[in-house]
Amino acid sequence: MTLADLKKGDRVRIQSIRTLNPNVQRLMIMGLVEGAELEYLGASLGGDPVEFRLYGGAVSLRLADGRHFEVVPLSSDG
Amino acid sequence: MASAVAIPIGSLAIPRGRTVALVGNPNSGKSTVFNRLTGLRQKTANYPGVTVEKRVGRLEIGGSVIDLIDLPGTYALSPSSDDERIAVNVLLGRVPGTRRPDVILAIVDVTRLYQGMYLLEQLAELGQPVVVALTMTDAAIRKNVRVDTRALSDRLGGAAVCTVVATTGRGMQALRTALGEALEMKHREPLSFWPALRESARRLASELGPNARLSIVEIERALIDDDPASLAALSGELGDRATSLLDDARRRLCGEEPPLAVEARERYRRILEALPRLQSVATPPARWSSAAAAWLNRPVPATVSFLLLMAIVFQAVFAWATPIMDLIDAATSALGGLVATVLPEGLLASLIVDGVIAGVGSVVIFLPQILILFLFIIIMEDTGYLARAAFLVDRAMRSVGLSGQSVIPLLSSFACAVPAIMATRVIPNRRDRIATILAAPFMTCSARLPVYALLIAAFVPSSSIGLLNLQGLVLFSLYMLGIVGGVTTAFILRSSALRGPKPTFILALPEFHLPNPRTVLIKLLDRARVFLRRAGTVIFAVAVIVWYLAYFPRSPELEAQRSEAEAAATAALSGAELEAAVAGIDNEIAAAHLAQSWLGRAGRFVEPVFVPLGWDWRVSAAVIAGFPAREVVVAVLGTIYAVGAEADEATLAERLGAATWPDGRNVFTLPMVLGLLVFYAWCLQCAATLAIIKRETNTWRWPIFAWTYMTAAGYLAALIIYQLGSA
Repeated sequence: MTLADLKKGDRVRIQSIRTLNPNVQRLMIMGLVEGAELEYLGASLGGDPVEFRLYGGAVSLRLADGRHFEVVPLSSDG
Repeated sequence: MASAVAIPIGSLAIPRGRTVALVGNPNSGKSTVFNRLTGLRQKTANYPGVTVEKRVGRLEIGGSVIDLIDLPGTYALSPSSDDERIAVNVLLGRVPGTRRPDVILAIVDVTRLYQGMYLLEQLAELGQPVVVALTMTDAAIRKNVRVDTRALSDRLGGAAVCTVVATTGRGMQALRTALGEALEMKHREPLSFWPALRESARRLASELGPNARLSIVEIERALIDDDPASLAALSGELGDRATSLLDDARRRLCGEEPPLAVEARERYRRILEALPRLQSVATPPARWSSAAAAWLNRPVPATVSFLLLMAIVFQAVFAWATPIMDLIDAATSALGGLVATVLPEGLLASLIVDGVIAGVGSVVIFLPQILILFLFIIIMEDTGYLARAAFLVDRAMRSVGLSGQSVIPLLSSFACAVPAIMATRVIPNRRDRIATILAAPFMTCSARLPVYALLIAAFVPSSSIGLLNLQGLVLFSLYMLGIVGGVTTAFILRSSALRGPKPTFILALPEFHLPNPRTVLIKLLDRARVFLRRAGTVIFAVAVIVWYLAYFPRSPELEAQRSEAEAAATAALSGAELEAAVAGIDNEIAAAHLAQSWLGRAGRFVEPVFVPLGWDWRVSAAVIAGFPAREVVVAVLGTIYAVGAEADEATLAERLGAATWPDGRNVFTLPMVLGLLVFYAWCLQCAATLAIIKRETNTWRWPIFAWTYMTAAGYLAALIIYQLGSA
């Protein structure tokens, strides 16, 4: 499961990242690193980009960039 | 002896000019703190022609004056856009003419402490004293976020941590005191939050000669960043060995992973460990306002409210401004009338009344509309709405090859293209950036508004279609036309000359919050000042030059004709009839004077080019005069029609309505006016925009292309509209 496959209310932890893409590196500078926990908040018009809550802040990214972040769910009930 | 001059700096009677750099994440409340600290004592010279990239304010602490530099927002010392590069280079002391700041004032949004810590720790590693100002504390209380300022201060090696409430100004005095103390502090051994990096940098430093002027942090940046400035700094010291030494050090530090990714991972791992000690977060109480904000963030309500908001803005620009505009109009007329009674008729009176007052007055009258428009844009920016708008329209922008990030500069260019083009510096990709720069001048800037307002008020009936006023609808259509022109241009460029990989969209979305009246007021006053300064200088000068060209050369034959005709009228008529006859003769002679003036000759010379568009020589002359700065056109029309045969009409709009071709047909017919409006929507009549495009793209190719392309588009559209409409 990646950051591009979530639905509203999902809470996840980042497990691994494919770091070669420069956009991914920028997202890492903004705090999307292994171990960070995120909550999926919703999508924009047309389903892309998507928005996450990250320790109080909100970060938005495109699905194409989100695919590089492998995540695990934080609670089984989603 | 050298020791004889070693006086401690603190004891000098006149302190050297010291600087404090204001740094923080984008949307962290930086500009509010800046405005609170400096008030109106700031230089925000980011307007036509002026090429200052930094905002500098003055503040007084303990009797000495300190320069406060407001740096562009950034998340890290690794720049990914030109804007961030400026911030980083100033902090590292790499910008010629700007001293390395003595103290760093770091702004951190407490509700986003996690992201803020990354930059904060990098700043603490620089070695200068750091003062931290925590903002958004009122929002933090609502969200049940509590920050342990002592723990934060300890982590940053004892840096002062102040809590400020920007809306009320609470905590600002403590912040000033902390800044004053920090300015007295000595630099100390810089901290390091990632010891392995510091160690690598030290090993590299030992390779450098004893005279190397690179700081340890600069070597660290060269190790991590691909930024050319960092590499150049190191190559300057190491020569050819720089690349291989760097590669070795990077491999030892990061393995095969990109150094940027490794740095983020290493630093955030430690921040995640420390975070529970720095802040406590309890479940926030359910609030009506956050529920409303969440609902408004959903795609459909967000789109509807976005369109609704735009509609309100355009209605407000027309409806609210009218009473104030009427007032300015009355004042201008009264002033002109007063001067006319005081001064004897002739050259001087004509210069002041017809040239200066009519010219400048016809531009100043649009100040209320421009300020209302700016008020909305400033509030949208200050509340965090602009970033939301960018998120909302990203998908749509992608279909034309841009990203949501282009929306912020494009929305700003509804006020003025020059700051908008400078705002494109936040766009990392060069192709996206140039496409946005070339789309920006199409957006309806406030300088087009006077022309639109004048022509719409004069020639479009004020009838209603449903809830909408027809005049408002035409204005809205013109704005849409600008958007269509800009978006089409971006699309064409992105699929031809600027073809390349799709841009991305990465943005930290700020929370909605109430606008700070003080910040809004300061920004608005700044806009008003800039506009009035232009009206007082450029537009004043053009008005006088145009008056001169419209007044000279004076023909003695025409004056002789006037005397002859008036003598004949005096002999034949009396009373009211005589007065009417004299007035008629005066106007005829004035029109004849204008026709053979320099401006009249120039207008007639270019008239053949514009006749297919339905423009007579007077309109042509005004359009030509407007190429350096389009807002001048209204002033020029004001001047031309003040000395012509239509001068009897009270307002410029009425004078335009009375203008005729020699055969008696009206010049300003609806197709001609619509064509003229569309010409103004698309034509690039602004020397300042051309200059800024040149500066930001670093070549003359793009400004020349933009001018030719936009002028041709405007001309063709006006031609088609007039020809179809008049057929």
